[in-house]
Amino acid sequence: MTVTYVEVARHRRAGEPLAPLRDRARASLGDEDLQGALRVMAGRFNVGRRIAMSDPAVSGLREKGMAIRSEGVARLRENLARLEKSLTDLGVHVHHAADGAAAVRVISDLARARGVKKVVKSKSMATEEIDLNAHLEDIGIEVVETDLGEYIVQKAHERPSHIIAPAVHKSRVQVTTLFSELAGHPLPDRREDLCAFAQERLRDDFLTADMGISGVNFACADTGTLVLVTNEGNGRMTTSLPPIHVAVMPIEKVLPRFSDLGVMVPLLVRNATGQKLSSYVSFLNGPRREGEVDGPEEMHVVILDNGRTGLLGTPFEPMLRCIRCAACLNVCPVYGTIGGHAYGGTYSGPMGAVLAPLLHGGEEFDDLPEATSLCGACSSVCPVGIPLHELLITLRQRARTSRGKRWFFGLWSRAWSRPSLYRASARLARYGRPLARLTPPGRRWAEGRTLPEPARQTFHAWWAKTRTAP
Amino acid sequence: MAQSVKRRVALFVTCLVDQVAPEVGQAAVRLLEAAGCEVVFPAGQTCCGQPAYNAGFPDDALRLARHHVDVFAPYDTVVTPSGSCAAMVRHFYPQLLGADTALPPTFELTEFLVDELGRPDLGARVDATVTYHASCHLLRELGVADAPRAVLDAAGVKVSDMADPERCCGFGGTFSVTHPEMSVPMADAKLDQAVATGAPTLVACDTGCLLHLRTRAAARGLDLGFRHVAEVVAGGLGAEHEGGAR
Repeated sequence: MTVTYVEVARHRRAGEPLAPLRDRARASLGDEDLQGALRVMAGRFNVGRRIAMSDPAVSGLREKGMAIRSEGVARLRENLARLEKSLTDLGVHVHHAADGAAAVRVISDLARARGVKKVVKSKSMATEEIDLNAHLEDIGIEVVETDLGEYIVQKAHERPSHIIAPAVHKSRVQVTTLFSELAGHPLPDRREDLCAFAQERLRDDFLTADMGISGVNFACADTGTLVLVTNEGNGRMTTSLPPIHVAVMPIEKVLPRFSDLGVMVPLLVRNATGQKLSSYVSFLNGPRREGEVDGPEEMHVVILDNGRTGLLGTPFEPMLRCIRCAACLNVCPVYGTIGGHAYGGTYSGPMGAVLAPLLHGGEEFDDLPEATSLCGACSSVCPVGIPLHELLITLRQRARTSRGKRWFFGLWSRAWSRPSLYRASARLARYGRPLARLTPPGRRWAEGRTLPEPARQTFHAWWAKTRTAP
Repeated sequence: MAQSVKRRVALFVTCLVDQVAPEVGQAAVRLLEAAGCEVVFPAGQTCCGQPAYNAGFPDDALRLARHHVDVFAPYDTVVTPSGSCAAMVRHFYPQLLGADTALPPTFELTEFLVDELGRPDLGARVDATVTYHASCHLLRELGVADAPRAVLDAAGVKVSDMADPERCCGFGGTFSVTHPEMSVPMADAKLDQAVATGAPTLVACDTGCLLHLRTRAAARGLDLGFRHVAEVVAGGLGAEHEGGAR
């Protein structure tokens, strides 16, 4: 039973039924390997980010980034129009996809038309969001993930559990077992050997792929430059070796100006990995031009909406500022307790708990805004100032809640806005304590905790007796 | 001692302190009086409405917010021994009631003593070692990081820090009863860190966290005490600040 829930969250294809959050969380808590991995992860990322962001060299960076992103989102349509023109001028084909199905259709049609048999991919959460791999495989195309974490997750037939560290839930021992199976002989459980194994396999894939598919970290409206921020160099191979490059870009990735990168790239990298700069930052400016020795012959950008335009002008508009750095995942004590798969969707942690109900809209994510203690750690680290925990409260207001809960708060607020009823309820709580265990909240409090003892004399009663009596 | 006009402070004790930890309210009164304030207790007070607000029922929260504002409107200064309830009034009431609604100026207790009165030292002397849990709303919504530590330090209390004192304890209000499966392991992470410090007592400025941690520790059979910062410091005040009317 427990295993099923983990399996569901880990291998789920979009649209498949989802167990309730409570059960997904329980399953994750029962997974020893996951719990071990989570303990290691949180420390590493958070310390790195804290050091990188307290560097006096970058004071004010966050405020600048926030301003750039707010402006970018406020004038999103205009920026997208400018981007499209810039891209077209560079010889890039621009496609608009209103939803995931449309994006999949564009890419599948292109792949079919060009007789594509093998696709290499660099890391892209947008393609996870639209379940691209599964759809391409359905039409007989071989898809190879080339980011090491994504490669591990793909070979294990799983889903990424973290937006920048997709295989963070797996231990080295697990990866050794997996790679040994692929190799057909036991591999030593050393980092270098495991990396070398993947590298060797991937080299062949890069050279034989007919199409490279990447995400986009930033797209500059004024120059049409697409920016990829990576640490493995696979992004560069994916976008330059195969004859066709397709970039999948959610609409909010657009920046007003090329010069904004001076703020946005370091802000992203420092918050994501704690590095000053990633090992690779690639600037893509169109397909191979005459006289150039490398680069794709054809370049396409699929601009993906998938529910995002609907957020403009709503309280959730700030969510479009998100640059996917994962600082909120790393700092979140709930993410640190249950890991990414338990969130059930493509994105996890606080940003995922906000995005999933907004992008998918179905009832399946109604309970996801409950995956927070509202501690506000996410909002306090967000480099672009998204009030994540407040958005989660707002989402709770929109969720379809049980009638019992609504009834309870209605009655409770009416009673407690009358002092006499408030005080009467305090007396009731004391005499009714033996019954508390029978109520759902009492029963759930008692899962792992003793029931609190109401005071024999409330503060109200104490004050009345000691301070106001003659 | 000849003193200028005493600062009149309305105590907002909070529903949780009222009903499960009145000793915290009594300690707050002693500290405020030791700081030279006149403490009044508006008897009509109930709850700030945060549980309903956080659960996604703003209309119900509004009912309590209006009542709260009515009760405290006559006072220039409201002090509460809870970072979370103070944050509700200061941070979320403007969203709930409209930014132009006049709110009674509300302070968390240690914030009031240190930042408002400039009186971290109330003459209390306590020979104890504690570990301090920085409650989330006090720290992140009110931005109060140092005041509780300053009050403890001035009273001679030694603080032995956890690996991550600012990590949430997992209480989270309604979260503690809607999702015990996450709330309880989060308490365990906190408790393990607290035990590792060797301090016999964990202190905080929010009764919600303390209640959650205390009842989890009790279920685990941990030998760790839980006190509000106000209780610890009030314990070191001289007899002249004892409970009743002076």
